[in-house]
Amino acid sequence: MIVAKRKPFDEILRMIESHRKVLVAGCGTCVAVCLAGGEKEVAVLAAEIDMARRLKNEPIELGQTTLERQCDREYLAQLDGRAEAYEAIVSLACGVGIQFLAERFPKIPVYPGVDTCGLAVNQDVGWYEERCRSCGRCVLDRTAGICPVTLCAKGLYNGPCGGTNRGSCEIDPEQPCAWYAIHERLKGQGRLDCIRAITPAQEWRDTVPRTLIQPGYRKPEKAKA
Amino acid sequence: MRLSYPANVKIVLVPCTGKVDVMHLLKAIQMGADGVYCVGCLEGACHYNQGNLRCRERVERVREILQEVGLEPDRVRMYNLSSGEAPTFVAYAREMTELIRRLGPNPLKNSQPAIRVEEAA
Repeated sequence: MIVAKRKPFDEILRMIESHRKVLVAGCGTCVAVCLAGGEKEVAVLAAEIDMARRLKNEPIELGQTTLERQCDREYLAQLDGRAEAYEAIVSLACGVGIQFLAERFPKIPVYPGVDTCGLAVNQDVGWYEERCRSCGRCVLDRTAGICPVTLCAKGLYNGPCGGTNRGSCEIDPEQPCAWYAIHERLKGQGRLDCIRAITPAQEWRDTVPRTLIQPGYRKPEKAKA
Repeated sequence: MRLSYPANVKIVLVPCTGKVDVMHLLKAIQMGADGVYCVGCLEGACHYNQGNLRCRERVERVREILQEVGLEPDRVRMYNLSSGEAPTFVAYAREMTELIRRLGPNPLKNSQPAIRVEEAA
């Protein structure tokens, strides 16, 4: 799941300091699950903005809404004819949703209320750990299901490096060495030949903005609406 | 025991302090309450294991928020006692009342929020 964290309140307050009518828009999918930008977090942020502005004697009119998803046109369309009543929008969606919202309402400044932090697993309530950098070329078949791009401090495709230290990484004894973990798991599976094979360098030129069209959906929708 | 506690304290019953949400506390302050405090069971004695610990975390979060928006964090506090400690309950009510009296009225009391909930079409 995509995870995000709320931006510091002062930063959000500064973004909207010149506005007197602002919509706080949440997203009901990934950022709601990771407790950063769902309905509840929208209500908390709106309350914070309201209190801070009233205390400064600069009252502000606020709207609050949480769309099912901000990365789908059909849900953004629910704001058509209503978003225009606001001077600005603070979006608590991930970076994808914020951009799609800004694209939908190009005349209205859209500000990010969260910092998008990556693709992560849920370890406990409110505790998320990154597992994937969406590099576009998955090597998990050779690395025993452990991503070296994300979990190795150097993002090495062929490891470990000389800094591996009894299971820890040289950058921090608390940081596990991804390649040590890969070796141990491959050994347990009797697949150590995988670690001996050389993985060629990633073609980073592929990391320009990517478009994905799934098989069976070859004709992208032309209509903007 | 028929103990009396300050009449300005209004009690909101919840099944467990773990039910108390950030927004409940924040809204009370936002609407003009001078202070809010949660009284939970003793730490380590929660029937639901972590309810009072979760409440304490939420109280801490609200205190941070109050600091950020420019209000005194002490307007929101957490207390713990066991259900048999009526005199302690009264002592907490008096302590909180005194504290709030020193802080003075909530400045948000004089204005109302202008927040509209835009329902999904």
